Amino acid sequence: MARVEERIDVGFGPSPAAEVASRPRGDLARLPWISFFIIAVLIVVAVLAPLVAPHSPTEQSLPDKLTPPAWQEGGSTKHLLGTDILGRDVLSRLIYGARVSLIVAAAALLAGGGVGLMVGIVSGYLGGRVDSFLMRVVDATLTFPTILIALLLAVSLGQGLQTIAIAITVLIWARFARVVRGEVLAVKTRDFVALARVHGCSHLRIMAIHIVPNVLNTFMVLLTLHIGFVIIVEASLSFLGAGIPPPTPSWGQMVADGRSHIASAWWLAVVPGAAIMLVVLAFNLFGDWLRDWLDPRLRQV
Amino acid sequence: MNTAAPVVLEVKDLHAYLFTRWGVVRAVDGLSFAIREGETLGLVGESGCGKTMTGLAVLRLLPEPAGRIVRGQVLLEGEDLVTKSEAEMRQVRGRRISMILQDPQTSLNPVFTIGDQVVEALRMLHGDGARALSHRAEEALRSVKVAAPEQRMRAYPHQMSGGMKQRVVGAIAVAGEPRVLIADEPTTALDVTIQLQYLTLLKEIQARTRLAMLFITHDFGIVARMCDRVAVMYAGRIVESGPTRALFRAPRHPYTEALMASVPRMEASVERLPSIEGQPPSLHDLPAGCRFAPRCGYADDRCRREYPPTLPVGPAHEAACWRVEPSPPSR
Repeated sequence: MARVEERIDVGFGPSPAAEVASRPRGDLARLPWISFFIIAVLIVVAVLAPLVAPHSPTEQSLPDKLTPPAWQEGGSTKHLLGTDILGRDVLSRLIYGARVSLIVAAAALLAGGGVGLMVGIVSGYLGGRVDSFLMRVVDATLTFPTILIALLLAVSLGQGLQTIAIAITVLIWARFARVVRGEVLAVKTRDFVALARVHGCSHLRIMAIHIVPNVLNTFMVLLTLHIGFVIIVEASLSFLGAGIPPPTPSWGQMVADGRSHIASAWWLAVVPGAAIMLVVLAFNLFGDWLRDWLDPRLRQV
Repeated sequence: MNTAAPVVLEVKDLHAYLFTRWGVVRAVDGLSFAIREGETLGLVGESGCGKTMTGLAVLRLLPEPAGRIVRGQVLLEGEDLVTKSEAEMRQVRGRRISMILQDPQTSLNPVFTIGDQVVEALRMLHGDGARALSHRAEEALRSVKVAAPEQRMRAYPHQMSGGMKQRVVGAIAVAGEPRVLIADEPTTALDVTIQLQYLTLLKEIQARTRLAMLFITHDFGIVARMCDRVAVMYAGRIVESGPTRALFRAPRHPYTEALMASVPRMEASVERLPSIEGQPPSLHDLPAGCRFAPRCGYADDRCRREYPPTLPVGPAHEAACWRVEPSPPSR
């Protein structure tokens, strides 16, 4: 306690002007290095998959089937993370699967988040009947049973990456819209919005220049939180057979395939499961940091 | 004040109502006033009497979709703003009429630097390049006496004090060199010493630019310091208006009288401050006669029946009360 008080007493600090001039954007030590690292590895690996992967993800080798990871008894350095029931290299499948997960997550979040952001801003800012209507649509969308709708879309559009991205977009835009709208309701009553009108800004300009930057923090955090959700939905859909068609590896599918062998070959489900967990965690930590970094009030605390 | 100076803003018989699901709220109900170049008109009244609505109605920024100007004219240098389109109004706002609001804490966008915000306001007025704009912005901050403007340009609103922020708001407001400035209780959120500095600053800006100011407040002390003329508003109408000095010396409307009596004085020691009994009438259910009658000590049957006419009671001094009616010669 005493030490804290001492620091406060001594804390004349740099002059306000100097503080403003230097505008530190957070110490290096406070950057979320772990999540940066995981996300960087994920992206590099996904982009360079053919160069990084030791084997083809679809190449079968029945003699090597169910080889355990290298550090276990019976494992070999040829297959670092072991092989699956058909003798395919788990590490290679994981690396190629990262592509699918990333592409699906990026596409679905860009589309779903974008639509949600726009709907939320228009709805919250305009209010009245537009708001009532849009929010009822949101309500209706949120009542859709996730898996059922995704299955329906998969059946009508056919299996594939696009279908999954579209299905997830349809499912998540409403969540974004609702949260963003709530934020907009709070922001739009503040005086700077009224003053922007006084200075002759049009509604469109106010939405773009004054409202969007103020809800961006929330939006970014929501986006990173949903990366996990998207990866899990993709996994569920693949598990149900409505996802990526079989030979192409995806993390969800790998977990689903490994499920029945969990007692004899734990690595089949645990390895992709751990990958999902690490990536989701990394994005969430990144989101946390991003929120603080984007908020000028917290930037210098 | 110089009576020869041209009238910049004239409001004639303005009616601005709010159409809510509980009925029509007659927030501004037949308001007339005029402000000359370089003059300050104080609009005084208690909370909810329609002061702020008057300011918003002049700018045609009544809350949508409930608020509407039902009748009347707002003449800015002779042009009627009520009939203008939204696009035309955007050319008026910020350039010819500007406004300062009460709370400096929320008047600036928290995610942009001071410089960005001043530049943004200037960009809408001038088509200059980035460097010229930031130069102008620095000048604008210097003109409202912000210390070290070059550094303040890079500060965020939360790094500045309330008084400093309100100066920035002032700089943005006068950036477009408006003819009229509506100041809606600009010093309410500031502490007393900063209030004085800010009012002095507004006076200086006014002296330099000759802008007409509509000063909305409920503080008689500020009125005495700032305003050339005062209009006292009650339940959507002006009940008394006149030169500040005359109105302070001899208030003629019972409401003005009562308001003055409730201002504490340094010299007199009193047990309790006099207050006005009762509540102002709710604006969607106004009494037929004089709106102050239910709370007025002098009210009689006629007051409750008919709204009194506005009558001159001195040079440029008017009051809307039956009691000031010139009495018949027999008395």
